[in-house]
Amino acid sequence: MSGGNGLGTPSPTVDDRGTSWLDGSGQDHEIVLSTRVRLARNLQGYTFALRADADERRSVLDQVRHSLGASPDLDDGVLWEMSELEAVERRILHERHVVSRELIGPDEGPAPDGTALALGASGPCGVMINEEDHLRIQSLHNGMELEAAWRQVSELDEALGSRLPYAFHHEFGFLTCCPTNVGTGLRASVLVHLPGLVLTKEINKVLQGIAQVGLTYRGLYGEGSEVVGNFFQISNQTTLGKSETDLVDHLREIGVQVVEYEKRARAVLLREAPYVLEDKVWRAYGILRHARSLSFDEMMNLLSGVRLGLTLKLLRTPRVRTLNEIMIFAQSAHLERRAGRTLDEGDADVYRASLVRERLSSEGEATSSPSEPSPEADNSA
Amino acid sequence: MVCERCQEREAEVHLTTIENDEMATVHLCSSCAGQEGISAFTSAPAPLADFLATIGTSVEDASEGTMSEPCPYCGTSSGDFRRSGRLGCPECYAHFEGQLRGLLRRVHGSTQHVGKLYLGEAAESDDRFAKLRSLRLRLDRAVELEDFEAAAELRDQIDSLEAVER
Repeated sequence: MSGGNGLGTPSPTVDDRGTSWLDGSGQDHEIVLSTRVRLARNLQGYTFALRADADERRSVLDQVRHSLGASPDLDDGVLWEMSELEAVERRILHERHVVSRELIGPDEGPAPDGTALALGASGPCGVMINEEDHLRIQSLHNGMELEAAWRQVSELDEALGSRLPYAFHHEFGFLTCCPTNVGTGLRASVLVHLPGLVLTKEINKVLQGIAQVGLTYRGLYGEGSEVVGNFFQISNQTTLGKSETDLVDHLREIGVQVVEYEKRARAVLLREAPYVLEDKVWRAYGILRHARSLSFDEMMNLLSGVRLGLTLKLLRTPRVRTLNEIMIFAQSAHLERRAGRTLDEGDADVYRASLVRERLSSEGEATSSPSEPSPEADNSA
Repeated sequence: MVCERCQEREAEVHLTTIENDEMATVHLCSSCAGQEGISAFTSAPAPLADFLATIGTSVEDASEGTMSEPCPYCGTSSGDFRRSGRLGCPECYAHFEGQLRGLLRRVHGSTQHVGKLYLGEAAESDDRFAKLRSLRLRLDRAVELEDFEAAAELRDQIDSLEAVER
């Protein structure tokens, strides 16, 4: 176990931890950016973290720290107290989707005392400590990998539960700070890229359908965040009255259907408006490849176009993994660390454009796929 | 909307109750609600999670008669919960059980957990003695709370463990 010893060592850096889920290895990874499963757990005999004072939070943290040895993966991993990380490092963790905004606290000033992140050695699993609940055990995978994520989280839960006195009620199940999480404490989500459904204006129908089957959708960063770059996070709405595997299976069934609808929408676009689509994709690539200033939202929309082009084989490069990495590494905290200083919005846009150009040019000039539609071969244009 | 009781003043308390799966809502002015033993929450609209916005005042279900008392363990009041949508500690679930049951049914469509069970931190250890001790403590607690369903479940677990011992 490294980190968190507080023995006068310089503040730790988060280096490249928490990024393995960007690797483009999971099922349907071109459309499904990530799968996350998390379990909320609390300790009996303590007030929930939101209401607890610093001493009580520290006491919970100590208990959790001593229980990490029950999981070999966490034992070999790291434990970072948020208060020992520089603000920029905390924001980097948030940009990598491994901690929530609530855990890291405000951008300026100290982090909330007693909040911490334990991150497993193998990468995609970890525990947020003293967020809203004492433990948020989570697993993050590339692509549509609900079963793998659930299995990993469940194992971690059992390991930690063998050493920690979880708050459990015979009727209500695992007790959580917010009653919307009680019971299983499980929230499973898939982050899907749906430009086809947005362009064909079918998206509202799909989102309504999702609501009707007891699921909900959110933006890129979960609750309260906006939809950016045609990414939608679909997750279970309820946590009580159904088993964990039922909840996970249901989300997978619906998730697979949404991916199928998206593929169909793309096929329609390709058939009905091949040149409009091709033009959109190449313009997006061109701007990303040459722009000197890019806001985050503009970059996300353009990346969405390039990602669509890749899946439709209108472009052969860059790799999906590169697009994933750009999405994460071209956010403000990552850019600030790269620049070695804080950046105002205008500066960040310039640094962002520079990083995007660098990453795209490292993959060589994009070429059209041999199956590219041509005016001669297609009379519908 | 006028108060259903006095038919005069504006109804400010909208109380929804669910009994035997039948939902009933009464609309009362704060004065009549007070006489009915229901206190009105007149605070400004709270920044609740989206689900709470749709559940109106069901959180204030007064059926247990404990609503005015804060949680004895952490001091969270019914008003705190309504404002934040968050409970203060695990004991809040027992303390606000009456109000919560209706809320959980509306939010989740159920109040009964059917997923993983938690058998106590000793349950996973090889130390059967420690596991039995933990189960017996929980049985005592269940009996104390007159929670006979849980007690029966724990009794079964203890029996099966003791059977292995023999």
